[in-house]
Amino acid sequence: MNGNAPTGEPLFGLREMELNFGPQHPATHGVMRLKLKVDGERIVDCYPIIGYLHRGTEKLFELHPFFQNVPHTDRLDYVAAATNNLAYVGAVEKLVGLVVPPRARYIRVILAELQRISSHLVWLATHAIDIGAMTPFFYCFRERELILDLFEQYCGARLTLNSMRPGGQPYDLPQGWVERCGEFIAEFPAKVDEYEDLLTENRIWKRRTVGIGVLPPETAIAYGVTGPMLRGSGVDWDLRKALPYEAYGEVEFDVPVFHNCDTYDRYLVRIEEMRQSARIIRQCLDRLPDGPIMAKRPRVLKAAAATEAYHAVEGPKGELGFYIVGDGSTNPYRCHVRPTSFMNLQALPEMSRGALISDLVALIGTVDIVLGEIDR
Amino acid sequence: MTGEPEVVTTTYEKLYNWARRSSLWPMQFGLACCAIEMMAVLDPRHDMSRFGAEVFRSTPRQSDLMIVSGTVTEKMAPVIRRLWDQMPEPKWAIAMGACATCGGPYRTYAVTQGVDRVIPVDVYIPGCPPRPEALIWGLLHLQRKIDRTRSRPVAVGR
Amino acid sequence: MSEAPKPPAELAPWEREPAAPQWQEAADDPVALALGEALGEALVSARTFAGDLTLEVRREAFRSACAALKERHDFTLLVDLCGVDFPKREERFEVVVHLYSFSANRRVRVKTAVGEGGEVPSLVPVYPAANWPERETWDMFGIRFADHPDLTRILLWEGFNGHPLRKDFPVEGIDTGAAIYPEYYEARQGPIAGTGTGWKVKNPPAAAPESGPEEKK
Repeated sequence: MNGNAPTGEPLFGLREMELNFGPQHPATHGVMRLKLKVDGERIVDCYPIIGYLHRGTEKLFELHPFFQNVPHTDRLDYVAAATNNLAYVGAVEKLVGLVVPPRARYIRVILAELQRISSHLVWLATHAIDIGAMTPFFYCFRERELILDLFEQYCGARLTLNSMRPGGQPYDLPQGWVERCGEFIAEFPAKVDEYEDLLTENRIWKRRTVGIGVLPPETAIAYGVTGPMLRGSGVDWDLRKALPYEAYGEVEFDVPVFHNCDTYDRYLVRIEEMRQSARIIRQCLDRLPDGPIMAKRPRVLKAAAATEAYHAVEGPKGELGFYIVGDGSTNPYRCHVRPTSFMNLQALPEMSRGALISDLVALIGTVDIVLGEIDR
Repeated sequence: MTGEPEVVTTTYEKLYNWARRSSLWPMQFGLACCAIEMMAVLDPRHDMSRFGAEVFRSTPRQSDLMIVSGTVTEKMAPVIRRLWDQMPEPKWAIAMGACATCGGPYRTYAVTQGVDRVIPVDVYIPGCPPRPEALIWGLLHLQRKIDRTRSRPVAVGR
Repeated sequence: MSEAPKPPAELAPWEREPAAPQWQEAADDPVALALGEALGEALVSARTFAGDLTLEVRREAFRSACAALKERHDFTLLVDLCGVDFPKREERFEVVVHLYSFSANRRVRVKTAVGEGGEVPSLVPVYPAANWPERETWDMFGIRFADHPDLTRILLWEGFNGHPLRKDFPVEGIDTGAAIYPEYYEARQGPIAGTGTGWKVKNPPAAAPESGPEEKK
């Protein structure tokens, strides 16, 4: 404190400014607005304002029969459409009592893991480009195009897949798909090595991510955070291992957990998850059983009255769940989405207190938000 | 090589139009799922930089193309209007995807049924989401439209 | 299918008609028993459906029930909180919260009924994660939460007329007021003319306001 200005106020006292990190911003990964209170470059407080992509999906769910809601679920977490499909059809099957044939379960696991790799590639591309590394963007999207080709060969769509139905799968794998998928999986770990070459030991990357956004495990659990954010904080919890669904109980894989609770560790978690996903897909392709792909189910699927079910899957961002209430008709009475990024984003103000504004960009990237899921 | 001077003759109009359409600078304005396909147009396979539109500016004040990719909600619509007003002339808008064209699958209480209720749109691209090739088609369509523009001094101080 | 149909005993589970799960009483579940002792009358029912334990408690005991589950039974993760609207019931709303315990690896569902205008004790003092889901439930249904630090609309904007997920709210919306900056929608005719691309309003409104953005020179 160097003395007083002519007006009598201290010259170097705390002067807070309110800064708007607006809905249109290259680093917000969609339309999210943050009201920041900054003192110079340091963030004193951060208040997220969401809802710029609220489309009324939960209301629309109530208007359509169960199978017609699957395309709406695609558009929730739009970088990981198969995960949303999986969570939704799993909840409907739990509600109605459908049992899925083994071949369909394995196909679902393959699609979900390919989607996990695709989502992590988008995450890495955008996170890196926000921090300033442009090259991973082109590398990651190059691999992602190969995955989207596989999806297109399976269900006709690249992004909004509509690839699952309550009771099983709508289509069987086309001819040669298993071989093409196997070729992709064989080359993929080398590509992950390429990304790691660029970033993991890079001094600039480490300066921007090590020690940034420390989220202790108790705080993470208190804020309902799940997924790689929780595993980067040392909590060894993955729904695929804790409450296995589909064919995850029958395949072997490791769950990466790191203990420094910072952005760098969350990056390492997701990179390793990509490798583990490739391992799961390899096992599923090898063990793919024959048989039907759709359970025997009534032509018009109805849920009994006054029934409810909650089913969650481990999506690329964390626990994605659907809570469905049935009322005896063909439509869900209430279908609520447990949105992963919504809960994860609640931890952002905690993580960003005291950080620089440029660290905030890294933090938004590490939370891995998708506004479609947050706003529904 | 004959040693004679090499001369090109054209009209100012053709020259301006060619320059404008070959170097469209889009604004980075991804709203929803279509934004991911817009990012995919930049990837090595589809490569929008072949058409001069690689430089995505973050600020509207330096861009001349707004690609509205994704659902326009009532909460976001005034923001879009403000961004459009901040863009300097000449400017164009592409409505990418079903949501920006007409509200898409969302006929609900919070969704504006088409971004053309808020800004004037030059090219509409159908699809949900449109493939990256469809976005390139839309961009080329806009380039042909710009080629047809009659060039004249633009009124200032509106 | 050239084979004879298999006898019912040999059919795999996915080849039979789906058997819908049934509600079952869960009075002997340890968590339900312990909570029954702690809350007494406030625990209205304890049932299981498809393997999920569902506890219904009275509105006033909502926070204490969840706090008891957190402290004594290690249900430390708030998974989800949402509302459901049953307009035909006397207390039309239901607030449903899902909790998860890492040590027991199980989820439990706690429900409470609240009528229109009623208040539910907020879970934010117990689970900070409940902050935004409660705001969303307020926004979508109009259920108030007592002691919530910041109960404002989160997905829609202040000034939105109505609570959309109620059953009597139409999906296309009622006249909710176009947007939060009315000056851009003055004539409600859509885009404003004279934006430089030669596009003009086809049917200009009869009583156009004197001062509008297009009039400023």
